[in-house]
Amino acid sequence: MSSDLYRAQGAGASLRRIGALLIRHLYLLRGSWPRVLELMYWPTVQMVLWGFITLFLVNHSSWLAQASGVLLTGVLLWDVLFRGQLGVSLVFMEEMWSRNLGHLFVSPLRTTELAAALLSMSLVRTLIGVGGAALVAIPLFHFSVFDMGLPLLAFFANLIVMGWAIGLAVSGIVLRYGLGAESMAWIAIFAVQPVSGVYYPIAILPEWLQWIAWALPSSHVFEGMRAVLIDHHFRSDLLLNAALLNLVYLAAGLAVFLAYFRIARVRGQLLQIGE
Amino acid sequence: MSSALVRVASLSKQFGDVRAVDDLNFEIAPGRTTALLGGNGAGKTTTLSLLLGLLKPSAGTITLFGLDIERHRYRILPRMNFSSPYVDLPRRLTVRQNLAIYARLYGILDVRRRIAVLADDLKLGEILDRPYGQLSAGQRTRVVIAKSMLNEPELLLLDEPTASLDPDTADYVRGLLEQYRKRTGATILLASHNMSEVERLCDDVLMLRRGRLVDRGTPAELLTRYGRRNMEEVFIDIARERHIAIGLDDGDSA
Repeated sequence: MSSDLYRAQGAGASLRRIGALLIRHLYLLRGSWPRVLELMYWPTVQMVLWGFITLFLVNHSSWLAQASGVLLTGVLLWDVLFRGQLGVSLVFMEEMWSRNLGHLFVSPLRTTELAAALLSMSLVRTLIGVGGAALVAIPLFHFSVFDMGLPLLAFFANLIVMGWAIGLAVSGIVLRYGLGAESMAWIAIFAVQPVSGVYYPIAILPEWLQWIAWALPSSHVFEGMRAVLIDHHFRSDLLLNAALLNLVYLAAGLAVFLAYFRIARVRGQLLQIGE
Repeated sequence: MSSALVRVASLSKQFGDVRAVDDLNFEIAPGRTTALLGGNGAGKTTTLSLLLGLLKPSAGTITLFGLDIERHRYRILPRMNFSSPYVDLPRRLTVRQNLAIYARLYGILDVRRRIAVLADDLKLGEILDRPYGQLSAGQRTRVVIAKSMLNEPELLLLDEPTASLDPDTADYVRGLLEQYRKRTGATILLASHNMSEVERLCDDVLMLRRGRLVDRGTPAELLTRYGRRNMEEVFIDIARERHIAIGLDDGDSA
């Protein structure tokens, strides 16, 4: 090994390794416009559907008439959570489909760096997908989610972090149970949708279900969203709850991912896994 | 303290009821090329995976560069690399993109120059900008070997490195491995079913059967010991349990 081949080690090298994986997935996106289109397709379809439902309901519902953008904002923010989770899981499964994990895990890439790369790529994918849909909504429904200003950033950050946490846990499960478990990536997040209060207030849920709802960061975000859009009031208490819960969720998601990675090493799944 | 670059002591790996690697003991000195031989299911790939840290041993220790792989994995990995037919590269990316990603993962300073050197060494020039998935099996093998040399590893682990290459290209790759070792002083451990490759490249041979080390020696020593003309005949003797007991089952190491 000649030393002139190498850069200095340490934090710079770590960032470079995370960047390398990021570039790997950006190459993939750059080389396939259908992939980029697919990222925007479902968020846009959802936004258009709920946009027209809103147009209809706004004349038939006094509640919606107060804030016509509440459903559309809910749809777009829900997609931040969904795409955030899917971004992590799909990027990880891309490595499994290409049978590339063995090469990655014998390179100096650390498992935590792999996780950081997954989260970074999820952010890119979510910005393309949901950002595209949000831009389409402006000419189509004369509605801009960006008018929310800074609270939007807080909601976005909390939802994508929750998506990351679930995405990491799902990736760990797929690593442990193989690609037979990949449907988890598509369905896992929908278990929390009914209790997240995306389209309705948490108060309409049965009381016992409200306890579950308040244990989810997403419920605090969507309640906070309604407070901004309907009451024109930013609830910092809800934001704080969401952020604290997210710390726990992200730590748990990372712990599940690392634990299943350790199990995969014991069971010999890192070399054999693939299509 | 041993000066061995690879030191394996009482290494075992159990998968359920199957003991894939059973109490392995061996050492490899720096700069040696060693073959890991055995029939299908003998434990070669499992042993390589254990050495790479892809698998956690059920028992025993692996020391590489004087460091325990379980405790110092990330200090060791930048100094080694591997190729295996059981692991692939992203198929939609071009050869150049794949090599560039791994060059960055290994912290290579001048990525373009390094890829150019390897493309020249492994005759990849014409396929550098083609998607990896569109290449023939032989071309892919050359790309994976190029990936395994990106960081100029001090320890190179190769699982059947010439398995899908035509005789001409296989010969070229063997020559390249010889030159690489001469130039860098690297230590090479390769699993192979090609006995002429073993005779040409390897200083030492480790023979595995059902996860156990059943014989070892230089190719010349093994030929003499078994009274055979070539390593293929020695391989068959050992695979059919006609090996000559030399006490390795008791944990002998050389």
